Amino acid sequence: MKATQSSDAQIANTTVGGAKRPSRLHLAYWLGVLPFFIFSALFLIGPTLVLAFRSLEGLEGGLTLDNYRQLLSPTVIDAYGMSIRISLTTAILGGLIGFLIAWAVSIGGLPRPFRSLTTTFSGVASNFAGVPLAAAFVYTLGRVGVVTALFKVFGIDPYKSGFSLYSFMGLSIVYLYFQIPLMVLVILPAIDGLKREWREAAENLGATPVQYWRSVALPVLMPSIMGTMILLFGNSFGAHATAYALTGGLFNIATLLIGQQIEGDVLHNPGLGYAVAMGMVIIMALSILIYSILQRRSERWLR
Amino acid sequence: MTTSTAPSSLAVKTTTAKAPASKNRFWSGLIFLVAALYFLIPLAATFYWSLRAQKGVLGFEAYRKLFADTNFLPAFSQSIVNAIAAILISLLLIVPTAYWVTLRLPKLRSVIEFITLLPFVIPAVVLVFGLIRLYSRPPLLWTATYSSSRVLLVCVYAAISFPYVFRAVDNGLRAMDVRGLTEAAQSLGAGWGTILFKVIFPNLRTALLSGALLTFAIVIGELTIALYMAQHTLGPYMADLTRSKVYEPSAMAIVAFAITWAALGIIQLVGRGQQAQIAGGH
Repeated sequence: MKATQSSDAQIANTTVGGAKRPSRLHLAYWLGVLPFFIFSALFLIGPTLVLAFRSLEGLEGGLTLDNYRQLLSPTVIDAYGMSIRISLTTAILGGLIGFLIAWAVSIGGLPRPFRSLTTTFSGVASNFAGVPLAAAFVYTLGRVGVVTALFKVFGIDPYKSGFSLYSFMGLSIVYLYFQIPLMVLVILPAIDGLKREWREAAENLGATPVQYWRSVALPVLMPSIMGTMILLFGNSFGAHATAYALTGGLFNIATLLIGQQIEGDVLHNPGLGYAVAMGMVIIMALSILIYSILQRRSERWLR
Repeated sequence: MTTSTAPSSLAVKTTTAKAPASKNRFWSGLIFLVAALYFLIPLAATFYWSLRAQKGVLGFEAYRKLFADTNFLPAFSQSIVNAIAAILISLLLIVPTAYWVTLRLPKLRSVIEFITLLPFVIPAVVLVFGLIRLYSRPPLLWTATYSSSRVLLVCVYAAISFPYVFRAVDNGLRAMDVRGLTEAAQSLGAGWGTILFKVIFPNLRTALLSGALLTFAIVIGELTIALYMAQHTLGPYMADLTRSKVYEPSAMAIVAFAITWAALGIIQLVGRGQQAQIAGGH
């Protein structure tokens, strides 16, 4: 990288033809990336900045943090709480199950075709979300779903013993359908990065498989596993379409609350709506940030 | 099991130790089986329901009804056109930008990469919230008519595709000698347009295809943004369908799954498993 950068500088200097007009050329360079910046400003940064600015605006104008203080009101706390519960649950469960699957198809000893089948299917399943996913689970675990019917054959009615697809547990089961595959896709390369020499060295030193995993493999993989779980957390925290399609937008989680706020001011305070939205952005940004830091740490070993 | 001598550095193969191999294989098989059940049962159940629309017989009545619905094909075609337009805009923005940054502005690289990752940080529902607040009143009135809103929607879809398209293009550019190709083309008298469209784009075919197909898979059934911008595309149509009909949604879910499968399958075929994308659009 360093080498290409310095040769780039040389080329830049020679094309200028002396050091007379470097600034004009520099400006021309920037023109090349201008369309991208304008487009991003219009459709990504601008809309977010508007929300950020409005969230700091009081009811009578002027800058204030009042809206953020009101995030502690019961409706908002409930919505965030449920979002966080679902995201934590599906991140941890999805992370563990995804890791086990990735282990099974990589170093677990299953024949090669299982692995390519798993990666292809994971690519599909991690992108199979929203309305079709919600529909598929309604046909499976809804009131007249196939699995629900099976349970009834055995004399258990899930809906009479407290289960509902339209609840914390139901949503978590549905979310796992895209959480697990995402974990598989991200963690497989990390498991591949475990070097065979480490295992051989451990064995030569008399380590049992358990000792090898506890003292070598897991410590190396930990940043990747934790990082990906945090990624899963954000993935589920920002999910809107699946929950909307499943519950008709009436379940109290943060994304659906924002949806209701767009349709009509359900919080009876526009500023609070903007603060709820910005709160989500902040949580998402934190999770992506931690993910990338941990990912960078794991790259030290897994090269 | 001894193919690990392949010269490619991509395939890092790990073999299991001999002693606990069979025990490992048992647990692996069990894990795989349980996972397969969890992932296949919903698909099987949906498929089963989709065959039951006609009383007493299994058949494809639900699919026939779905395609016969007067609202389905318009929504579907609108979504396809939107997706293709978004892909084109995204490619026309990202390829020159990534190329230019690789060639002339390597210092800007991390800034560009950061911006392309913003769609992961800003959830769709927050983004559409901001868009509506920014563009639904003067001086920037953009949502006045259905078609102007549609243009806005397509642009937002292009922006949402940035993480996937940028990563694909960036990987593609790293795999080729950008500087060498550019200098060769320049020495033959090519201008920037010629270099981009006759040299860079063709060399990025695989990367562009996988970025484009992934974008297609994500955008084609997108619900959240289309819903709040009142667009009659596939996502809102499907959401309506699940509320009003019994059997058609199952046929629709199977069709949607097939589309996702086709798009991702082609990426795998073309890209030889180099994908490691992060999902989106939930």
